[in-house]
Amino acid sequence: MSKHQESRDAYWKANLRIMAGCLVVWFIVSFGFGIVLAQPLDNFQLFGYPLGFWFAQQGSIYTFLVLIFFYAWRMNKLDREFDVHEE
Amino acid sequence: MELQTLTYIVVGFTFVVYIGIAVWSRAHSTGDFYVAGKGVHPVANGMATAADWMSAASFISMAGLIAFLGYDGSVYLMGWTGGYVLLALLLAPYLRKYGKFTVPAFIGDRYYSKTARVVAVICLIFISFTYVAGQMRGVGIVFSRFLEVDILTGLLVGMGVVFIYAVLGGMKGITYTQVAQYCVLIFAYTVPAVFISIQLTGNPLPQLGLGSGVEGGSMWLLERLDLVVQDLGFGAYTDGSKAMIDVACITLALMVGTAGLPHVIVRFFTVPRVSDARKSAGWALLFIALLYTTAPAVGAMARLNLIETIWPGASTEAQPLAYDERPEWFQTWEETGLLQFDDQNGDGLIQYYNDNNPEYVANVAEPRGWEGNELQVDRDIMVLANPEIAKLPNWVIALVAAGGIAAALSTAAGLLLVISSAVSHDLVKGMIAPNLGDKGELLTGRIAAAVAICIAGYLGYNPPGFVAQVVAFAFGLAAASLFPAIIMGIFSTRINREGAVAGMLTGLIFTFGYIMYFKGIFIEPIAANIPENWLFGISPEGIGVVGMLLNFGVAFSISRFTAAPPVHIRELIEDIRVPRGAAGAQAH
Repeated sequence: MSKHQESRDAYWKANLRIMAGCLVVWFIVSFGFGIVLAQPLDNFQLFGYPLGFWFAQQGSIYTFLVLIFFYAWRMNKLDREFDVHEE
Repeated sequence: MELQTLTYIVVGFTFVVYIGIAVWSRAHSTGDFYVAGKGVHPVANGMATAADWMSAASFISMAGLIAFLGYDGSVYLMGWTGGYVLLALLLAPYLRKYGKFTVPAFIGDRYYSKTARVVAVICLIFISFTYVAGQMRGVGIVFSRFLEVDILTGLLVGMGVVFIYAVLGGMKGITYTQVAQYCVLIFAYTVPAVFISIQLTGNPLPQLGLGSGVEGGSMWLLERLDLVVQDLGFGAYTDGSKAMIDVACITLALMVGTAGLPHVIVRFFTVPRVSDARKSAGWALLFIALLYTTAPAVGAMARLNLIETIWPGASTEAQPLAYDERPEWFQTWEETGLLQFDDQNGDGLIQYYNDNNPEYVANVAEPRGWEGNELQVDRDIMVLANPEIAKLPNWVIALVAAGGIAAALSTAAGLLLVISSAVSHDLVKGMIAPNLGDKGELLTGRIAAAVAICIAGYLGYNPPGFVAQVVAFAFGLAAASLFPAIIMGIFSTRINREGAVAGMLTGLIFTFGYIMYFKGIFIEPIAANIPENWLFGISPEGIGVVGMLLNFGVAFSISRFTAAPPVHIRELIEDIRVPRGAAGAQAH
């Protein structure tokens, strides 16, 4: 396998790792906190919000937003590290 | 100034702006027409995506839907935003790198198969037409309510405006018009929300207001809302009544469906670079989140406001509002039929409560001489009547009308464009007349757009019975057919032509069949649409998830037993996985 190919594979693996991390968070805030754990979390309050309800109607959306910008920033860095960024 | 005149002026002004933009940004080539020359700034694309995405349903109906569903309404909030994470991480950058014009073109190339491309075109056209029919209906309804013209006239005016900027400007015209439409719709949505939030909680930010205390009381707003709705025999607002598996499946189907909707995906073909595609998804979600985090506040506050108007003192111990003393906005909306009073026990008072709750009816309603719920409230009123309930000036009401029209037109235009590019690029140029020149293809695209507008207008005027089920249909089919095919095309080098085609067909037929079985599209429903009959307790709204899993399963198994994709396909996949070289793809 050529050196070039090895570097491409490593880049792809690193990308998949970052992606998996982001998707885990994506899953936990929405399906975890917002749905499966919503009832127990509702015993806690965030100001006037029951916590599970907050995650379902507000918190998950904010987290999604942060995740996308984080991924864009992290991938730009990764592109440069592996020298595959755009001119 | 008279409200009517003011509304005409505001709506008329926005139309002039849209048409002006269309003339300024005419399409000169197929590149302009399909993907706006790939020169759209990521922030502008984010705004256009947001307008493209947020339809008449998001603008007019969603807050009202949440107002009556409470916690269960969360499926729409998470489902219609969480899909952007999937788009940004799994689809947008790679499809941008691939660099051609349409979703079926990618599927056709990746699976080296015209059959795959045709199947994708069929999925796309079906998804987009069901969706667009609802939008045209929305345009007609907004026109008829605010401008008091009949639905047909409203529809024709809306079709005319879309015709001008979609046919003339193609993707380029649509993109910049959508930027303007986004500004109109978000302004129109947030202004009344801010005012109602100040009135109820003293906090100008609706997102914080929803978590604040009630103005002049000692209770949290949500706590109070829970109390008053339970006092009327409804379930607590912050608790759900749907089964957890169904809530999870609907949410996932909406998320995956969002990421698989062709008119959303194609927006990410218009930015100059791969890194822009990633970023642009973030901007899109930011602009969408402005509305989507406001909507639950609008829903909850409008519901509380409405109940406290009907039951002054917000308790069923006190007397409800007398019909003769109803406020002016009540009368206005009665005329439109969105509010209906029916004095069941003839006492002249408005008893509004949940008469579907047998326990409540026996213990509370009957002893007090109530003979049934007397007020029918259409959920759309929560947004449409909000400015009047909150006693806002007339220009705000005019703005809401313009916002509703902007939301419907922007989504309709985006959908019509993917339909016309699928016809002109994938069917005519890709199959029937491969030697067609750029000019001829552009003309074909324009003709296809014009025809699509006429069909959409017709569907909007004579909606087939299934328009109400459009959401389940469009999202379920996108989730079960297009999304898995694209994902596997990028992340697996092993999935081949046979697997992909079989997978898409399985997902499509299964989901279509399941929805038809319970909802009866084209036929009478075969079984009652109740949880006892559902597969694993999953409603037709959430069944796209099962369709998607079947698609993945079938595609993987069949690919294992058939020949691997040829070498040049593996090279194509390797190539779309790295960003470098995307700018070169602009030269197509």
